[in-house]
Amino acid sequence: MALLTVKNLSYGYDSQAILTDLNFSVNAGDYLCIVGENGSGKTTLMKTLLGLREPMSGEIIPGDGLKKNEIGYLPQQTIVQKDFPASVREIVLSGFQGQTGLRPFYNRQEKAQAQENMQRMGIEALADTCYRELSGGQQQRVLLARALCATRKVLLLDEPVSGLDPKVTTEMYELIRSLNHEGITIIMISHDIASAVRYASHILHIGSEVFFGTKQEYIDSKVYNKWIVAEDQSLTTDH
Amino acid sequence: MIEKLTLYFQYPFVKYALIVGVLIALCSSLLGVTLVLKRFSFIGDGLSHVAFGAMAVAAVLNLTDEMMLVLPVTVLSAILLLRTGQNTRIKGDSAIAMISVGAMAIGYLLMNLFSTSPNLSGDVCSTLFGSTSILTLTEREVILCAVLSALVVLIFVLFYNKIFAVTFDEAFAKATGTPADRYNLLIAVIVAVIIVLAMNLVGSLLISALVIFPALSAMRLFGSFKGVTICSAVISVICAASGIIISILAGTPVGSTIVAVDILAFGLCVLVGKLTGATRE
Repeated sequence: MALLTVKNLSYGYDSQAILTDLNFSVNAGDYLCIVGENGSGKTTLMKTLLGLREPMSGEIIPGDGLKKNEIGYLPQQTIVQKDFPASVREIVLSGFQGQTGLRPFYNRQEKAQAQENMQRMGIEALADTCYRELSGGQQQRVLLARALCATRKVLLLDEPVSGLDPKVTTEMYELIRSLNHEGITIIMISHDIASAVRYASHILHIGSEVFFGTKQEYIDSKVYNKWIVAEDQSLTTDH
Repeated sequence: MIEKLTLYFQYPFVKYALIVGVLIALCSSLLGVTLVLKRFSFIGDGLSHVAFGAMAVAAVLNLTDEMMLVLPVTVLSAILLLRTGQNTRIKGDSAIAMISVGAMAIGYLLMNLFSTSPNLSGDVCSTLFGSTSILTLTEREVILCAVLSALVVLIFVLFYNKIFAVTFDEAFAKATGTPADRYNLLIAVIVAVIIVLAMNLVGSLLISALVIFPALSAMRLFGSFKGVTICSAVISVICAASGIIISILAGTPVGSTIVAVDILAFGLCVLVGKLTGATRE
């Protein structure tokens, strides 16, 4: 059974639908990229998948015994976080919050695992540094380490490379790929089509036309080719 | 000066004032860090005006125990205000402004129309600035305040990690299975309780200072949530205690003296923060 099945989903704001009758499914180990024009509702879709918004109709069915507190999420940064006085360790540990229930403090095992996740992301040396003093790439690694504390199964990422320079962007993509190779399912929003096609196993394209399929099917599709031509044209007119 | 102090401390009402002052300062500073970071600095101000309005209604109705009305009304407003923060037509800050000014105006109007007190402006002034009410506390009020403060501190310690998670990133907390709405509700209720308590100390106009200043001072010095929380509690307690003692010695109004000391402490922290470069601008 699929890890996540979306059936006839309609979603939007204030009873105004952005998209209707969306169908797709994600299997364990997949790397799904959600692409589409600005304003096509990628972030809203992700929030609906996460249960932060109610779907207007349709269903989101979790499979393989996936529970709500086994999902990792890397949101876009908020203004509040930009100057938040918190150490890296405090933030990474807060990833376990969904699993602690009413237990007030983190246990030894969770602390050890947080340490391990900081090592995986290469930020263990920054454990006691204040979050607001980190660079953009380091901050994303901290939030990724936090997301890893929340899950071993599936990560949802909302434009994880926005605002990062090219070198750090590549590092971030490689990091996400290595997590996928370790068996974590990836669902990622991206507006960088080239990298999406390069790294993903499946593509969901939303907007005026909707496409869902494997990467190869997408490259062969009309939607992709129309999009690439449009991108090229906008580049030539820009110059 | 020491002689004068020892003389004063023989009176129970001076001791009561100090105990209650320190406890309220401690409680308000704990939640202050969260409120400042959630961009809710003004909720203290708004709620205290609501409490003022409720108090006026209680006075008009001739209720023997004002708290019976003031506490539930304030708690209810806190819940409403924190809820508007997310997605409603009226934005959080305008909602706070509306409710606070509205409650204050209606409160004063009611007091004016129906008051039986011979000294109306004196009553209003002491409710707004808390001028002398802290020095007229009864033993019962001190015990009530101590119990409520202990409860607030206990809840804060037990829910510390959850409050942090909800403050830093509500969307992540919700998405990963933390019942964030429930904890927001808890924060709202505690804030309301603290504000009603603090009205005795500094009056409804100056409560925001008690909530905001220690948190902002501590944020100049520390870079971790735990550091900021502890430091803000320490600063707040020291400022409240010295403010009360100064006001007794110099005969100044208690509430404004405490706030003045808080401002001084903030200036000091900004200076120290700049010199040590503890935090980035």
